[in-house]
Amino acid sequence: MILTIASREFRTLFLSPMAWTILAILQFILAFLFLTQVEAFAELQPKLATIEGAPGLTDIIVPPLFGNAGIILLLVTPLLTMRLICEERRNKTLSLLLSAPISNIDVILGKYFGILGLLLLIIALITLMPLSLLSGAELDLGKLFANILGLLLLVSAFTAIGLFMSCIAGHPTIAAMGAFGMLLLLWILDWSAGMSDQRSELFAYLSMLKHFQNVQSGLISSADIGYFLLFIITFITLSIRSLDNDRLQK
Amino acid sequence: MTTLIEADRLSRYYGSHCAVKDVSFTLAKGEVLGFLGANGAGKTTTMQMLCGNLAPSAGQIKINGFDLLDQPKAAKLNLGYLPDTPPLYKELTVQEFLLYCAQLHGIAKNSVADAIKRAQERCGLTDVAGRLIANLSKGFQQRVGIAQAILHNPEVIVLDEPTVGLDPIQIREIRALIRELGQDHGVILSTHILTEVQESCTHVQIIDQGRLIFNETIAGLNRQMDTGTLQITTRLAPDIENLLKIPGISSIENITENRIKIHHSVTANPAEQIAEYIITAGWGLQELTPVKRSMEDIFISLTKEHREL
Repeated sequence: MILTIASREFRTLFLSPMAWTILAILQFILAFLFLTQVEAFAELQPKLATIEGAPGLTDIIVPPLFGNAGIILLLVTPLLTMRLICEERRNKTLSLLLSAPISNIDVILGKYFGILGLLLLIIALITLMPLSLLSGAELDLGKLFANILGLLLLVSAFTAIGLFMSCIAGHPTIAAMGAFGMLLLLWILDWSAGMSDQRSELFAYLSMLKHFQNVQSGLISSADIGYFLLFIITFITLSIRSLDNDRLQK
Repeated sequence: MTTLIEADRLSRYYGSHCAVKDVSFTLAKGEVLGFLGANGAGKTTTMQMLCGNLAPSAGQIKINGFDLLDQPKAAKLNLGYLPDTPPLYKELTVQEFLLYCAQLHGIAKNSVADAIKRAQERCGLTDVAGRLIANLSKGFQQRVGIAQAILHNPEVIVLDEPTVGLDPIQIREIRALIRELGQDHGVILSTHILTEVQESCTHVQIIDQGRLIFNETIAGLNRQMDTGTLQITTRLAPDIENLLKIPGISSIENITENRIKIHHSVTANPAEQIAEYIITAGWGLQELTPVKRSMEDIFISLTKEHREL
């Protein structure tokens, strides 16, 4: 049942120009960044060759590419998730799901995986760029995998927040603004923590950027993965609760 | 007869406002229950509670023996619901939309195509199956909504104002469809159109200000409509004194010289004797009609009575 809702959601994205536009623009921007990075490497290569233990091709190209992809997806994900529950409620189509023999957990997870499907596609397209270098160079595949995993965890968390915002907001625009605001706050939380002398341990822990960068560097620790998983589970649970609340509401 | 819906003392509050209070009723297989009420009387709230879209503040609902709160999936499997606004994904075609609904209701894969085809035929959608729902007229959208509700052949069909926005021919078709569905399902339909209830329902309930004030079969309703009055027009002025001698007549009222109203007891209808008498007397019978209270009259008097209490 989750799969039915997820595949419907995924296909609906492609019925409007939305998904196509996002895929095209994202690919264009990231391809541009990728090429700049490749060019930078080509310029640096002679110098790097003389240094002992210098960063390799993968280090110079992949983390910046995935880092930038993370920032762009921070902007894009709220736009994708804003309609999920909010618009169903506004168009009164939610009662179709509520009176069907499926639980609210199915509805929320179905919606979640539907959007995640598109984001997986985006990540796959991004990954193709560094993979294309394999034709003429060697890549540190372990590091590339760490970056893919990091970005995957990151967008999963983005989607969870966006879904929750879509559950509680009355209008898609508000859902998008809310999700974007929260994501940005979590993103920059570490900056303020770094400025003062006494670093706030709590802020540092809450900051998404920090955990993302940890995974990106190739250091896959259970603490960072646990952070993302906790984050996702929390917001999905909250979304389910919010949908349950619909029946009791008003 | 199997009981399909048991609603037991349902109440629903929105904050301190009470939308539905202490409503109990049952619905059996083969019944079409008309739910009547003015705007804001609590019809839609009751329907939403029956379909699990809204939790009742108090009370219990059983659908086909399954409690809606304890076994929601089993209960909802037997339920088809058309809300007051048909829940349609406008960006899909009729075919795609019905396919999605079939999957949501867990219809077995090999019978999905048949179920969709049958629902489309029943609702007259075969010709528009490939069109986008957004491009369909309101009437057709309403039909897609009905098709969605009957698609999985549920035991209980709940229709919230199914004929709103349809043209007279479509209304007739939909009413015929409702009667047909009523034969082997249990149907609840809410409406504020009184003739609709007379045409398609076997049972009537009137709800006013959240309370159930009338619960009868159509036959019972027809009895209520009988006022025990005949209106008679004759060519020559009738002799009232003599007419009064016919047993069963309680009083006679003169409207004009040639037109009278005869009040009689509800149990014995003296229409036949009166007709015979007038003809033998040679007054020239031109009209003899029983005066009936209209549905509207009953509705208005019931709601008025209820509010005065």
